[in-house]
Amino acid sequence: MQIVATLTWLTFHEARRRRMVVAALLLGGLFVGLYWLGLQAIVNELNTNDVSFLVRQGAYNFLVVAALYVVHFLTVMLSIFASVDAISGEIATHTIHTIATRPIRRWQIVLGKWLGYVLMVTLYLVLLCGGIFAVSWLAAGYLPPNPITAVGLLILEAIVLLSLSLLLGTQFSTLTNGVVLFMLYGLAFVGAWVEQIGAFLQSSAAIRIGIISSLLMPVESLWRRAAYLMQPPLANAVPTPFTSASLPSTAMVVYAIGYALLALLLALRVFGRRDL
Amino acid sequence: MTNASAIVTEALRKEYGRNVAVADLTLNVPRGEIFGFLGPNGAGKSTSVKMLLGLVQATSGQAQVLGTRPGTPTTMRQIGFLPEHFRFPEWLQAGELLDLHGRLAGLDRATRRRRSAEVLELVGLSEQRTRPLSGFSKGMLQRIGLAQALLAQPALVFLDEPSSALDPFGRMLVREIIRTLKKQGTTVFLNSHLLGEVEATCDRVAFIKQGRVLHTMPLDASNTTQLVVELRVGDASPALLTMLEQFTGNAVRIQPPNIATIPTNGTTTLELLLADPAQLPTLAHHVIAHGAHLYALTPRRTSLEERFLEIVGNTDSGQ
Repeated sequence: MQIVATLTWLTFHEARRRRMVVAALLLGGLFVGLYWLGLQAIVNELNTNDVSFLVRQGAYNFLVVAALYVVHFLTVMLSIFASVDAISGEIATHTIHTIATRPIRRWQIVLGKWLGYVLMVTLYLVLLCGGIFAVSWLAAGYLPPNPITAVGLLILEAIVLLSLSLLLGTQFSTLTNGVVLFMLYGLAFVGAWVEQIGAFLQSSAAIRIGIISSLLMPVESLWRRAAYLMQPPLANAVPTPFTSASLPSTAMVVYAIGYALLALLLALRVFGRRDL
Repeated sequence: MTNASAIVTEALRKEYGRNVAVADLTLNVPRGEIFGFLGPNGAGKSTSVKMLLGLVQATSGQAQVLGTRPGTPTTMRQIGFLPEHFRFPEWLQAGELLDLHGRLAGLDRATRRRRSAEVLELVGLSEQRTRPLSGFSKGMLQRIGLAQALLAQPALVFLDEPSSALDPFGRMLVREIIRTLKKQGTTVFLNSHLLGEVEATCDRVAFIKQGRVLHTMPLDASNTTQLVVELRVGDASPALLTMLEQFTGNAVRIQPPNIATIPTNGTTTLELLLADPAQLPTLAHHVIAHGAHLYALTPRRTSLEERFLEIVGNTDSGQ
């Protein structure tokens, strides 16, 4: 376990040395700050006009979910960009040679890195989402339903992507890994819309296409479930970019957990057997 | 396979698809030996080392390193490795890199600190401990790679082209380090193109080509390797030539090539191989007894480079 912890520490240390932490914290802070200013302006505007409680709540909810949508997007980008080079890069530059010839097991290298990235992205998501919820509470006195579950689903998104990214990294070059990840995400993104529109039009073929794309890359479904859970039932009945006509079930969440776990286990196994 | 061996391999083979990187590696390196591994580019030297380190899985054959399977944590605890491509996370400082490797090697904090200081001193980088590796020259990176390889006081060290980026001072340092390792009883497996370095440090060398060991031979000074003798004689006769060929049991190289064309008062240079330096006086005696005038008799040991070309063949693989 000490070996895994050392490699996890190394991942954190790298992010810190390469100023990734500073950049992410600064920009994250800027994002939350801007959100605060914007929200405050809207709150002031709504206060001067006589707006009903329901409309006010609806507006606040929309703003929080919109901010979380940005976080979801950042989660996808961050998870891919941070980890895409983690294994393949070290193989390509031969940095891995001196590490892998230490008295350690290969899977410890992958697990150490995976833990490092998962902890790092989790910490960042907690800070960012916590910031958004805090700002919403302080400026508008509003908190959406199920905030913790929503953050949990965003973290699961990150875990799915990080696990898949490390698995692909054990086999493909950084560039191929990045292309595959973004293509899969694009597929899931489009698939999710096809599924939504299909649900409105009651086209079972379109819904099936959406579900298949979600099975290939469950990240977008997790977001749609998180968005659904954060909106009050009434808001979910009104069509907005964040409402779901076809709601991803808890089975999809369980599937995503299994997906991530399988990708991680495969990554540990594949890396243990490949030539370096 | 005995425990006195650091490395034993039997018909070790590695194929990448249709490409055979190592065809048949059969070796036995005793503990405490400085073993040179020579061969042209693309001969399979690095792949062989990677198989012995467990970085690459052999397609077939057997290998034992320090009595166990290559690549297991128990084996690797006693092994140091300086790779041919010595790349390290450049955002680490020199001292941090060694500390990281110390941790991965399972050294406790006090040992890590002591050994880091010792190996930094050994490779002449004590002053650079807190400097990021991004600012290191290639030579400095190779030095820190060497320090990393020796950090955990290994029983067996693999050095893959350890001087490729070093200046003459660095190369001298590498030779000195290898000699010190020998005194400490450490086994060294040295891959090198620098035949002078191999000649100066190794006890034994193996020549490898197309993934096969063609020849192994000891290099220690007491060993009577073949001697090249250069003779400059006047009035050389074909009879002298026949005698020399019978005496040495080898062909004699002549300059100019046709003995009949030499003017009577001209000299001929003959080059022949002797198995034993003790034959030198008799050789001189025979030359004079054949009525030839002996101007010079120069014995020299066959250089490793000549042996290399002789064994491996002097066609450049271009790889």
